[in-house]
Amino acid sequence: MTDVILAGVGGQGNVLSARILAETAMRAGYSVKTSEVHGMAQRGGSVVCMVRWEREVYSPLIPRGRADFLLAYELLEGLRFLEYLRPGGTVLVNEYRLDPLPVLRGDAAYPEESLELLREAAGNCVVLRARDLATEAGSTRAVGTVMLGALSAFLEFPDNAWEESLRERVPPKALEANLRAFVLGRKAAGERSGR
Amino acid sequence: MPEAGRKAKGNPVSGVEENGGGGLKGTGSGTVEGIGLPRKFESHGGNGSKEVPVRSVRRRELLSGNEAVARGAYAAGVRVACAYPGTPSTEILEELSRLPGVYCEWSPNEKVALEVGIGACLGGARTLVAMKHVGLNVAADPWMTLPYIGVNAGLVLVVADDPGMHSSQNEQDSRYYARMAGVPLLEPSDSLEAYRMVGAALELSERYDTPVLLRLETRVSHSRSVVEYDEERMEVDLPYRKDAAKRVMIPGHARLRHPVLLRRLEELAREAESFPFNRVEMRSDRVGIVTSGVCYHYVREAFPQASVLKLGFVHPLPERTVRDFASHFRRLYVVEELEPFLEESLKAMGLDVMGKARIPRDGELDPDRVGRCLAEIIEVDTGVKGGGWEKPELITVSLPGELPARPPVMCPGCPHRGLFYVLSRLKLVVSSDIGCYTLSVLPPIEGIDCQVCMGAGVGMALGLEKAFSGSRVNADLRGRVVGALGDSTFIHGGITGLIDMVYNRTPCTIIILDNRTTAMTGFQDHPGTGRTLMGESTHALDLEALCRAIGVDSVRVVDPWDLKATEEVLREEVGSDRTSVVISRRACTLMTRSRPAVFRVVDEECTGCRRCLRLGCPAIVLRGDKAWVDEDLCAGCSMCAQLCRPGALREVGDLD
Repeated sequence: MTDVILAGVGGQGNVLSARILAETAMRAGYSVKTSEVHGMAQRGGSVVCMVRWEREVYSPLIPRGRADFLLAYELLEGLRFLEYLRPGGTVLVNEYRLDPLPVLRGDAAYPEESLELLREAAGNCVVLRARDLATEAGSTRAVGTVMLGALSAFLEFPDNAWEESLRERVPPKALEANLRAFVLGRKAAGERSGR
Repeated sequence: MPEAGRKAKGNPVSGVEENGGGGLKGTGSGTVEGIGLPRKFESHGGNGSKEVPVRSVRRRELLSGNEAVARGAYAAGVRVACAYPGTPSTEILEELSRLPGVYCEWSPNEKVALEVGIGACLGGARTLVAMKHVGLNVAADPWMTLPYIGVNAGLVLVVADDPGMHSSQNEQDSRYYARMAGVPLLEPSDSLEAYRMVGAALELSERYDTPVLLRLETRVSHSRSVVEYDEERMEVDLPYRKDAAKRVMIPGHARLRHPVLLRRLEELAREAESFPFNRVEMRSDRVGIVTSGVCYHYVREAFPQASVLKLGFVHPLPERTVRDFASHFRRLYVVEELEPFLEESLKAMGLDVMGKARIPRDGELDPDRVGRCLAEIIEVDTGVKGGGWEKPELITVSLPGELPARPPVMCPGCPHRGLFYVLSRLKLVVSSDIGCYTLSVLPPIEGIDCQVCMGAGVGMALGLEKAFSGSRVNADLRGRVVGALGDSTFIHGGITGLIDMVYNRTPCTIIILDNRTTAMTGFQDHPGTGRTLMGESTHALDLEALCRAIGVDSVRVVDPWDLKATEEVLREEVGSDRTSVVISRRACTLMTRSRPAVFRVVDEECTGCRRCLRLGCPAIVLRGDKAWVDEDLCAGCSMCAQLCRPGALREVGDLD
């Protein structure tokens, strides 16, 4: 079983990323399950999606301590769902901080050492500046695709499966930028993960 | 099957694969090279490929449970579908409305949806009615008598529960509505079962002349899994025949129909014994678990060696099947979310059952919780170590205290922000309602006193006002009450409350937060928007005219982005001696996706007074001791600039 947690903030696009990832796994011939968050939780709140694939998948929810990959779209959210990562698991983290309202108002402190904690906990940690790469690719909204590109460096899905999924889910006018963002993410992870 | 093939191809929902799923058909390999992806993997297909008949058009898609319900309904020939949007059920009708040949509507509320559904099934069309769990409370009146009159063509009511309350005000267990009404209850555990059970439900409905309740949960509705199915559609078109003795429930008729319902339940219990979605999986001869719905998957993952009775037909219970299964074990474990619905039934049969004594009755489960709750007791009972559960090894991290929460917030530019900021400023007693605006209960606005259910914002305001007006201890609150609710919510359940308010001469102000959509659930149309779910333009309900027709003396419209004007109007209306309505009108910012301006803080002019932070806008951040605007997020509403005394917040265009 391969288990991926995608943790971010409502509006960052991890629900769409989860779907693209899951459909790629399906295209690669696996049985897949996902769980998503809709409604109230999407209004700028903490949003977690889970994707699992294998020959047969039971629960759509990943138990704590079992995830192979944690995709953190935001530092604090990565930390929040860290307990789902298995020992030795891989963290791909977008080096991006988005202060939640209690922090904005000065009622709580943002954990400044988030990145260090993620690095310490992970068996392997890839740090990305996904927004910069997305901007370089031509769309600031392609952060999720950068993250998926980075993840793809660790997975053995055929490239055309990825591309088909992106084509299907990304609006046509943003597609080229997203394909570029995917490649930039892949390269960033490939370089840093030593592949 | 050329017809089905044509439909499949013409369908906007993509992911059609012809002649078999599983394998990747070569797609634009040149393009792959074109974008410079390294060509590492050539292998096509995979280990999950299945044989499918050649020449059949088969779809293989990653469907959410809700989408699967819609696809199943389409395949089963559903011709009429009604719903009021509500998480986690909303996407059922959204998906169904994209398919040809199905009349789909957003009804004003769930009660109307079910009533339309009853008419449709009597009229010979297979019918689906969908709602969230609390929606069934609204529809409970027709629901309780429908089993007396029965159906003609099949009717399935799909209800989606929300254990854990991801987006709900309570976590009631809808299964009791099946027992209370005497209706068969089916529970799928994933998308494929959801797809298949819709058809089974409609078939049962027709064969037994009863509505059927199909119960989903958030983790069925909003989880995706692979569904393979043939693109086919049944045709069901039954003749209408008048049968007043069966369908007009005057007491004399109803007394005859109730025994029919009770006999039907006995027959259904026999049917349940052979229902294909009830499944006995014998593995361990010591550990036996009874479960249904998504919990089945939690059980399989937590206790892979346990024997399982998986119930798909949950009410009436297939007692013989349960007793046969129970005979293999000293004790049964029941895994179910929320209430001990199955557990009570099994205990009533005299079986030794362990369930809610160990498993919490609140919140949602997952494989981890199921394992943790039962491992010890199963080991004690059976000697199987940990019951077969493998406790996961967790990574150890020392976190710097509790992590700051990230509650959902109103979006930048949200029109509700302005209105509730003013309400909070005026220190009014606010009875509010269900919608995005409920988020203004959180700091810094904290602008809501009470909220219960759709439409209650009006009735509660009336009640508060009457209580205050007769009170000595609360006399200062008299004339300080307002009710505030959304446009869709007002139409759903607020109109009758407003009629009450006028009828019973209540000096009170109702605020309709008219953002021109049903925003919380994802921008569904409603009778006020002038568009239907089918995408047709239609008459748009005129809220002002409606309120006047009800007899409201003063109906005024404000733009909630204009804080000063909004405050002025509210000051005039609140505390007057008449019933008034203030319509706070501005379209949802997320829906319009246009911004009139972008604001920026002129550093030298910001005094660090933090007035702008009182809005709780996620685009305004304190950097050091000065405010800073995240220009990516800014929606240009200008509310912060209106509050800024030194005038440090300015439009970016004006600064250049």
